[in-house]
Amino acid sequence: MNVNQSAPPVPPFGQPQPVYQGYHQSSYGGQPGSTAPTTPYGAYNGPVPGYQQTSPPDYFKIKSLGIPGWFSGSVPKVISQSFSFCPLPSGVSRAPPSSEAPPASTAQAPCGQASYGQFGQGDVQNGPSSTVQMQRFPGSQPFGSVPLAPVVSQPTVLQPYGPPPTSAQVTAQLAGMQISGAVAPALPPVGLGYGSPASLASASGSFPNPGLYGSYPQGQAPPLSQAQGHLGAQPPQRSAPPQASTFTSPASGGPRMPSMTGPFLPGQGFGGPSLSQPNHVSSPPPQALPPGTQMTGPPGPPPPMHSSQQPGYQLQQNGSFGPARGPQPNYGSPYPGAPTFGSQPGPPQPLPPKRLDPDAIPSPIQVIEDDRNNRGSEPFVTGVRGQVPPLVTTNFLVKDQGNASPRYIRCTSYNIPCTSDMAKQAQVPLAAVIKPLARLPPEEASPYVVDHGESGPLRCNRCKAYMCPFMQFIEGGRRFQCCFCSCINDVPPQYFQHLDHTGKRVDAYDRPELSLGSYEFLATVDYCKNNKFPSPPAFIFMIDVSYNAIRSGLVRLLCEELKSLLDFLPREGGTEESAIRVGFVTYNKVLHFYNVKSSLAQPQMMVVSDVADMFVPLLDGFLVNVSESRAVITSLLDQIPEMFADTRETETVFAPVIQAGMEALKAAECAGKLFLFHTSLPIAEAPGKLKNRDDRKLINTDKEKTLFQPQTGAYQTLAKECVAQGCCVDLFLFPNQYVDVATLSVVPQLTGGSVYKYACFQVENDQERFLSDLRRDVQKVVGFDAVMRVRTSTGIRAVDFFGAFYMSNTTDVELAGLDGDKTVTVEFKHDDRLNEESGALLQCALLYTSCAGQRRLRIHNLALNCCTQLADLYRNCETDTLINYMAKFAYRGVLNSPVKTVRDTLITQCAQILACYRKNCASPSSAGQLILPECMKLLPVYLNCVLKSDVLQPGAEVTTDDRAYVRQLVTSMDVAETNVFFYPRLLPLTKSPIESATEPPAVRASEERLSNGDIYLLENGLNLFLWVGASVQQGVVQSLFNVSSFSQITSGLSVLPVLDNPLSKKVRGLIDSLRAQRSRYMKLIVVKQEDKLEMLFKHFLVEDKSLSGGASYVDFLCHMHKEIRQLLS
Amino acid sequence: MNGSVFRTMATYLEFIQQNEERDGVRFSWNVWPSSRLEATRMVVPLACLLTPLKERPDLPPVQYEPVLCSRPTCKAILNPLCQVDYRAKLWACNFCFQRNQFPPAYTGISEVNQPAELMPQFSTIEYVLQRGAQSPLIFLYVVDTCLEEDDLQALKESLQMSLSLLPPDALVGLITFGRMVQVHELSCEGISKSYVFRGTKDLTAKQIQDMLGLTKPAVPMQQARPGPPQEHPFVSSRFLQPVHKIDMNLTDLLGELQRDPWPVTQGKRPLRSTGVALSIAVGLLEGTFPNTGARIMLFTGGPPTQGPGMVVGDELKVPIRSWHDIEKDNARFMKKATKHYEMLANRTATNGHCIDIYACALDQTGLLEMKCCANLTGGHMVMGDSFNTSLFKQTFQRIFSKDFNGDFRMAFGATLEVKTSRELKVAGAIGPCVSLNVKGPCVSENELGVGGTNQWKICGLDPTSTLGIYFEVVNQHNAPVPQGGRGAIQFVTQYQHSSTQRRIRVTTIARNWADAQSQLRHIEAAFDQEAAAVLMARLGVFRAESEEGPDVLRWLDRQLIRLFMFHLRRSPFLQVFNNSPDESSYYRHHFARQDLTQSLIMIQPILYSYSFHGPPEPVLLDSSSILADRILLMDTFFQIVIYLGECFHSGFGWFVLVQTIAQWRKAGYQDMPEYENFKHLLQAPLDDAQEILQARFPMPRYINTEHGGSQARFLLSKVNPSQTHNNLYAWGQETGAPILTDDVSLQVFMDHLKKLAVSSAC
Repeated sequence: MNVNQSAPPVPPFGQPQPVYQGYHQSSYGGQPGSTAPTTPYGAYNGPVPGYQQTSPPDYFKIKSLGIPGWFSGSVPKVISQSFSFCPLPSGVSRAPPSSEAPPASTAQAPCGQASYGQFGQGDVQNGPSSTVQMQRFPGSQPFGSVPLAPVVSQPTVLQPYGPPPTSAQVTAQLAGMQISGAVAPALPPVGLGYGSPASLASASGSFPNPGLYGSYPQGQAPPLSQAQGHLGAQPPQRSAPPQASTFTSPASGGPRMPSMTGPFLPGQGFGGPSLSQPNHVSSPPPQALPPGTQMTGPPGPPPPMHSSQQPGYQLQQNGSFGPARGPQPNYGSPYPGAPTFGSQPGPPQPLPPKRLDPDAIPSPIQVIEDDRNNRGSEPFVTGVRGQVPPLVTTNFLVKDQGNASPRYIRCTSYNIPCTSDMAKQAQVPLAAVIKPLARLPPEEASPYVVDHGESGPLRCNRCKAYMCPFMQFIEGGRRFQCCFCSCINDVPPQYFQHLDHTGKRVDAYDRPELSLGSYEFLATVDYCKNNKFPSPPAFIFMIDVSYNAIRSGLVRLLCEELKSLLDFLPREGGTEESAIRVGFVTYNKVLHFYNVKSSLAQPQMMVVSDVADMFVPLLDGFLVNVSESRAVITSLLDQIPEMFADTRETETVFAPVIQAGMEALKAAECAGKLFLFHTSLPIAEAPGKLKNRDDRKLINTDKEKTLFQPQTGAYQTLAKECVAQGCCVDLFLFPNQYVDVATLSVVPQLTGGSVYKYACFQVENDQERFLSDLRRDVQKVVGFDAVMRVRTSTGIRAVDFFGAFYMSNTTDVELAGLDGDKTVTVEFKHDDRLNEESGALLQCALLYTSCAGQRRLRIHNLALNCCTQLADLYRNCETDTLINYMAKFAYRGVLNSPVKTVRDTLITQCAQILACYRKNCASPSSAGQLILPECMKLLPVYLNCVLKSDVLQPGAEVTTDDRAYVRQLVTSMDVAETNVFFYPRLLPLTKSPIESATEPPAVRASEERLSNGDIYLLENGLNLFLWVGASVQQGVVQSLFNVSSFSQITSGLSVLPVLDNPLSKKVRGLIDSLRAQRSRYMKLIVVKQEDKLEMLFKHFLVEDKSLSGGASYVDFLCHMHKEIRQLLS
Repeated sequence: MNGSVFRTMATYLEFIQQNEERDGVRFSWNVWPSSRLEATRMVVPLACLLTPLKERPDLPPVQYEPVLCSRPTCKAILNPLCQVDYRAKLWACNFCFQRNQFPPAYTGISEVNQPAELMPQFSTIEYVLQRGAQSPLIFLYVVDTCLEEDDLQALKESLQMSLSLLPPDALVGLITFGRMVQVHELSCEGISKSYVFRGTKDLTAKQIQDMLGLTKPAVPMQQARPGPPQEHPFVSSRFLQPVHKIDMNLTDLLGELQRDPWPVTQGKRPLRSTGVALSIAVGLLEGTFPNTGARIMLFTGGPPTQGPGMVVGDELKVPIRSWHDIEKDNARFMKKATKHYEMLANRTATNGHCIDIYACALDQTGLLEMKCCANLTGGHMVMGDSFNTSLFKQTFQRIFSKDFNGDFRMAFGATLEVKTSRELKVAGAIGPCVSLNVKGPCVSENELGVGGTNQWKICGLDPTSTLGIYFEVVNQHNAPVPQGGRGAIQFVTQYQHSSTQRRIRVTTIARNWADAQSQLRHIEAAFDQEAAAVLMARLGVFRAESEEGPDVLRWLDRQLIRLFMFHLRRSPFLQVFNNSPDESSYYRHHFARQDLTQSLIMIQPILYSYSFHGPPEPVLLDSSSILADRILLMDTFFQIVIYLGECFHSGFGWFVLVQTIAQWRKAGYQDMPEYENFKHLLQAPLDDAQEILQARFPMPRYINTEHGGSQARFLLSKVNPSQTHNNLYAWGQETGAPILTDDVSLQVFMDHLKKLAVSSAC
C-alpha cells in the first residue's frame, strides 16, 4: 500500500473522476450490451484462451488487476465463461495449458473464469454476460482494481472505469488499482471508448479495466489492449505506470506491477476480470444490481464503477487511498462523489475520481449480502463431506446429517491438501474453530444424550475415539473399524446389530452416535475426578468493597441486582431449581467470607486477613442453596453496601481472592465459577501484588511484548491450581486507571473464564451494560471441569490450540469452565499423506460437568475432503475462519515477538497464500494484476483490519489495558465475533423505509460512505455508535432525540429517549436486536458529525486510513499486491 | 519438762495460727538459726508459705500511698517495726537503717496519733493507689468448637451465664477455634463479623495485630496520661467490648455458635488449633491492653491436633503420649508444643495477663504441654470429663464468686517483692509466678525454685494463691547475731484489684534469731511441721517438673523422713504411675498454688468413717480402715469419694443394703420415722461431701461408689496398703480390705527408713 501511495494521487483523481463517470456510463451501457463487449473481448481472448482454460480450473475470483493483464486475462476468461466463444479462443491460447493449475501467469483471466466455472456457480456464468458481471464486479472489481491502480495512473484509471463495466472481474478491480493508471491512459484515449468498454464491459467490460491497469502499462499491454480493444487504454496505461507510480504511493509498486504484469496482463488481465465477474455475478448479480443503489449500484453500475475505480485505485494507492477515504481534503471533493457513488451508479454520471474506486475492490458488505441471499433461505444439510457452510453472517438453519453443525465447528478449509508439501506451498493454515457448547437457535435441537450404560461410551480400543457415524461396521456387524486409526474392534454383545445390504447398521438411524455429527454421551464414573461422580457446581461472588467500588455505586448496584439474579442460575432441562450453590466473598485488603447457612438469623462475616497464605475459613454455610438460604442471602446483600459505606480502604488484593475461591471449591469438592468484581491494581501486600508498569514508551519497541505479558508468574501458577479444581474465573473490572489487565486476566484466560471491563464505571452511565453482561454471564449455561480432545484421522493431527484454556500436555485442552460463547481454535498439520477417497475426519470430544453436576461427553464429528489440486483448497476456504485463526495467531504472537514482526508475518503469510494461488491456480496473467481467490477475496480487507486493530497498531488513545483486554477477548472469540469485531457493521438508519422490518443493508466501513444527512449505527460486538450527520433532517432529530435541532443533541448520549414514533421505535428496536445478537452488551454512544467524539467513531471505519497509521483498504490492497508480485518474481 | 514442751508447743501453735490469719504467712522455722552453717544443718530450709491476698475482712485498705525508704536500693515501706522519732518526724528503716523524713502529710503524727502502718496489728496493711489509669477487667474467652453437641451446648450456656456474673464494665472478647481460629468482632450491629486465621500457621504478634487491624495508629501506649484510656477501647473496640453494651449480642453470638463445620472423617480426631488460638488471644491482648488485668480463658475439649502447639496428630490410631512414651522419648510433638506454650506463657506474663485452662474431655487434652500457660501466669487449670458436668459448671461459676465486699475473688498483674534484713537472702519462690529478674542486695546466689530475683510477677491470683518462698541465712557463723536480734522480711504485693484499683499490700514480719547450738530446743519447738512438709513437697514437685522422677524421690528420701513423705512419695505429684501426663500436670499445678491446708489434704487425703456405731470419725488412711460396715468419705482435694463398705457378717449387711437400697427408697423407708437412722446414715456423708464441694475450687470430682465398684480404685489407691494380697491371711479377713498392689506399706517403708537412718549414721 505504502508503495503505491507514493504517487501524488490528486492529479490522477481528477482524471479518474471523469473517468468514473465515463466508466459508469460505459459500464452501464456495457452491461446491457453484454454481448457486444464480448466481442471486443474476443479479440483479447485470442491471446487469453489458453488462460481461460487454466482459469476455469482455478475457480478463483480474480482479484489482481495487472491493468494490462486484467484486460487480457479477464477478457479471455470472461469470454470463456460469459461467452463461451470468446473465451474459448482466448482460453485456447492460454487456458488449455493452464487448465487448472495454470500458472499464475494469466491467472487473472483464467482465474476469473475458472472461478466462475468451478465455483459451480456456473449459474453465475450464465448470468455472466451482463448480470453476472455486474455482481462480480462488486467483488471482483475491488480486487482487480487495486493492483491495477498503481500501475495505471489516473488516466488509466479512467479507462479502467470504462472497463469496469466489465468489472465483473474483481480481479480487474484489484488490477484496477494498479491498472487504473494504465487503464486510465487507455480510457482517456478511449474516453469515449469508456463508454464502449463499458458496453463491452457488460461482457468483458471489466477486462478493459484490468487490461488497462496492469497489462497496459506494461509493454505487453499494448498488444493486449489492442486485442481487447482496450488497447487504446493500454497504451495509456503504459504511460500510466509512471503516473501510477506518481499517484499511488505504490508508485514503486506501481511501476513494478506494470513491468511484471505487463507481459502477462494483456491476455490474462482481461480474462481474469471477466471471469471474476461471472463468479461474483453468479448469485448476486441480479440482486446486487437491484440493491445497487449505492453498493448494489456498484454491482450494476459498479462494475463500471469498479473499472473506473480501478483507475481510482491507483490514485488511491498513491495518495488516493487516504484521500479517497476522505482524509484527504483534496479528495474531499471527489468524495462527495463517493457518497454519491451509490447514486452515481444510478445516474451514471461521471464522478471522475482518478483513484481506485473503493467500490471496485472486494466489498465485505457485498459478499455478506450475496451469501445471505444465496444461502440464507435453505437449511444447511451436513450430510455431504467437505461442504463449505454459509458465512457466519448469514442466518441459516442446520440439519445434522452426520457432520457437526458449523455452529460447533468451522474450518479454514473444507478441502485439505493431501500432502504437507501442498499445504506448505499454499500456506493456508488448516484450522478448525470449535465451539463445543455453542448455543443453537430454538429451531435446532440440542445434541441428543446417549446412555451406553455402565460400560460407558463405545470407543476404539486403540485411539480411544468415540463411536461415530464414520465408524465402519464389518463382519456382519460383529466388529467395527475405527475411522481414525483403522484399528479393528469387537462390537460388544449388547451393542451388536445386524448390517443391511449397504453395510450399514440397521439401527443406524435410531442411534444418534451412528447418524449425527453431534451428540452427547453420559459419562460413567471412570470419567470423573477421583472416580467419584461430581457434586453440583457452585458460583462464588467475590466483590471488591474498597473505596473505589463503594464510591462508584458499584457495590450497591451489584448487591441489589444479585438479589433477583440468583433466581436465574443456570439449570438443566426441566428442573425447577438450579442445582448450583452460591457463596459470597467481599474483599479489599482482606477477605470477608459470609456464612449464609439457612439456619442463621443473620449472615455471619468471617474476615481472613492472612492474605499471604489464603485459606477458606468455613465450609458449612458458605456454599448454599439459594432457595433454602434466601432470607439470609437477601439480608446479606442488603447489608454489604451499608457495612462498607464508610470504608476508607483503597488497597486491594487479587491473587488471594482467586485463591480463596479456589480453595472454597476444593473444600466443597466441586467445580464452579468465581465472579470477581474488581476495581483497582492490587497493590496491597500479598501474593500477586502488582505495580504500575504501564509505559507507553515501550510501544513499537522490542519490549512492547512485555506489556502483554503478566508481571509475575504467580498468576499462572494460580491458574493451574484453579484448572485442576475446575474453578473458572470470570472477571469484571471497573478500573479508573491502569489495572494491568494483562496480568489480571491470566487466570480468567487460563480457566476458560471471561473478562469484562468497564473503564471509569459510573452507575448512571454503565449500569445497564454491566447488569446486562452480568445477567447473561450468570445465566449462561456452563460446562465445568472440562477436558477437550481433538482426534483426527491418520495423516493430520492437531498441533496448536488457541483460546481460553490451559494445557498441561500437548493434546488435552483443559477448561475449568466452558460456556456457549467460548471458542477454541485448533490448528492441524500433516504428519502423513491424506487420501482423497477417505478424506479427513475430526472428532472433538468434550468431557464436562453440566450445571446439574452430570458428567457428560459431547462429541462433534466432521469429515473434510482432501485434494490433490491446490485449486480445490482455494475453492473451499472460508475467509472468516481464516481471519479468526490468523488474528488469534497474531494476538498470541505479540506475547513473544515485537508487534511489527507479528504484523509482517501476517502480511507475508497472506501474500504467500495469495501468491500461491496466483501461481498455481489462476490463469497466467500479468503480474500487474492482483488475482484473488473467490473464497479469499476479502482476505486482504479483513487482514488489514486485523493489522490495524488496537493490539497490533495502537493509536494514541488506546491504553495498554485496552490492548491487553482486546487481545484476551479475541483469543476466545468465534468466527462471527471476529468477523464483526474486525470489520464493524455500519447500518444506515434512514435509507430504508421505516416500515421495513428487516435490518437495513449495511454499508462499508468508510467515512465516504457516510452521508451527512443520514444517521448510522455502527457496531463491532463491543461498541455501538449512533452517528448523526450534521444535516440530518430536523424531523428525524426530533423523532429520535426529542430535541429540535442537531446542535441540541447531547454528544456521547448513551440512551435514546423512548418516544412514541415509528422511527424512534425502529431505531431502538434495531439497537436491541443488535445487542441481542452479541454476547456482550454494547453500550450506545451517540456521536455527532464534527464532534470530538467522532474521532472515536472514525476509529471503527476500518476501510479508511487510521490515525495510528493503519493503512486504508485500498492502500493495503496495493501493498498486498506488491508483496505478491515480489513473491512471484 | 513434757509439760513445758507442751506449753511451748501450744504457744507456738497459737503463734503460728495467729500469724497465718493475720499475715497469710507460715514459716517452716519460726525461730531462725543464726548462721548459714546451722541453717544448712537443719535440712529443712528456712522458708515460708505466703498467701499474698489472704482474705482479711477485718482489714480495710487505707486510701493513701505507702511511705518508702528513701534509699534507692531499699525502698522498704514504713512498717510497725520501724523506729520512729515522733518529735523529729523521722523514721528509721528496719532493713537498711536509713533515716527518713516523714512526708508532709504526716506532720501530725505522735505516739498517740499513729498512722495505721505503724500499729503492730497492721503488720499487714493494704494501700489503695490513687494514681494510674483504671482500666476495666478483661475477659477473653477462647472456645473450642470441636465438641460434641451437648458438650458445646453446655459450654455455651455456661458462657452465656457467665456474662451476667461479670462486672458490667468489664471488657469481653470471644475467640473460637476448631480447624480455624475466629476472632469475633463484637461491636457491630446486624451481621456478626469475625476474623479468621488458619489453624496451622504460627503467627508473630505483629502479624496477628496487623491482620486484626490493630496496628493502625502508631500511637505509643502511654498509660500514664489520663487521656489515652479513651483511645484504648477505640483501637480494640471491635474485639473487646464492655459487657453491658454487648451482652445481648454476645449471648446471641454464643447461642449461634456452631460446632466446627469441617468434616471429621472416620478414624480421625477433629482438627483443633488450640496453639494458634492461644497465640492469637495473647497477641490480641498484647497489642491492645498490655499491662492491664486480663484473663484469657481457654475452654478446650480435646488435644490440639494441628499447627504450632499440636500435641497429637489427627490419626486416632496414634494415641496421645503417655508417660511411657515420654520416658522412651517417643512423644514427638511434646517438646515443640511445650516450647510454643512456654513462649506464649512468657509473653502473657510479660504483659500481665493470665491464662486459664478449662479442659474437659475423657482423654488427655495436652495439659502437660500447656501447663506453663496457667502455671506461669497464675491462671486456673481445671480438668474435667465434660463441660456438661457440674464439676465444670460449678467450678466455672466459682471463678466469678465474690468476697464479703462484693468484689471478685481475683486480682491481676501482681508484683511480689520480698525485702529481707541483712542476715537473710531470698533464694527463690515456687508458685504461680515468673521472675522479674530484679537483682538486689537481698538476692541469694543459690536458687531454690524460681530464684535470682527478689521480685516476681503473679499475673493472676486469688485469695488462696500461695507461694512458697525460700530464704537463705547468710550470716556467718563467726559473726553471730546479737542476742535477741530479730530478722525481718517485708512482702510487698502490688496488684490490680478486681475493682480495677491498684493496690499495694504490705506484710512485714520479724522472727527471732537463735543460736542453734545453744537454743536448739527453741528452734525445734518453733518448727512448723505442716508448713515444712508442704514447702518440701513443693520443692520436690518443682524438681519433679524439671528433673527425672526417681532422682527426685531419692533426693526427697534423703532430705526428709516423716509420715507425710510416705504419702507424698505415693502422691500423684511425684508418682506418675497410674496418672496420665495431663493429670500429673493438673495435680502439680494445684499443688503449687493452694494454701497450706489444701496442700496437706492433697498430700495426705483425709478419711472419715461413718457407721451406726457412733458419730463420724477420722480414721487412718489405711486399708485397715476399709471395713464392711462403714461408709467412708475420702477427700483428696481433687476427689471426694464416698465408699459404702460391704457387709456380710453384720445384721444387715451393706451389701444387702446396697442391693436393696433402691427398693427401700422406693418404699420410702428413709421417710418413715422408724427408719430415720437409716436415712441419716445415708445422708450424713453426702452432706459432708456437699459442704466440701461448696467451698473448694476447683470443684473436686465427686465419686459415690461402693465396695467392688470400679470407682473404688480412687480410694484403694490412696490408702496405705497395710493389707495386700501378699499378707492378707496374716492379717485376718475381718479387719480390712486387701489392696492389690506391689507398693510397700508404710510399715515396710518405715522399717526400711530406720535401717537407712542407722546405716547412714554409721
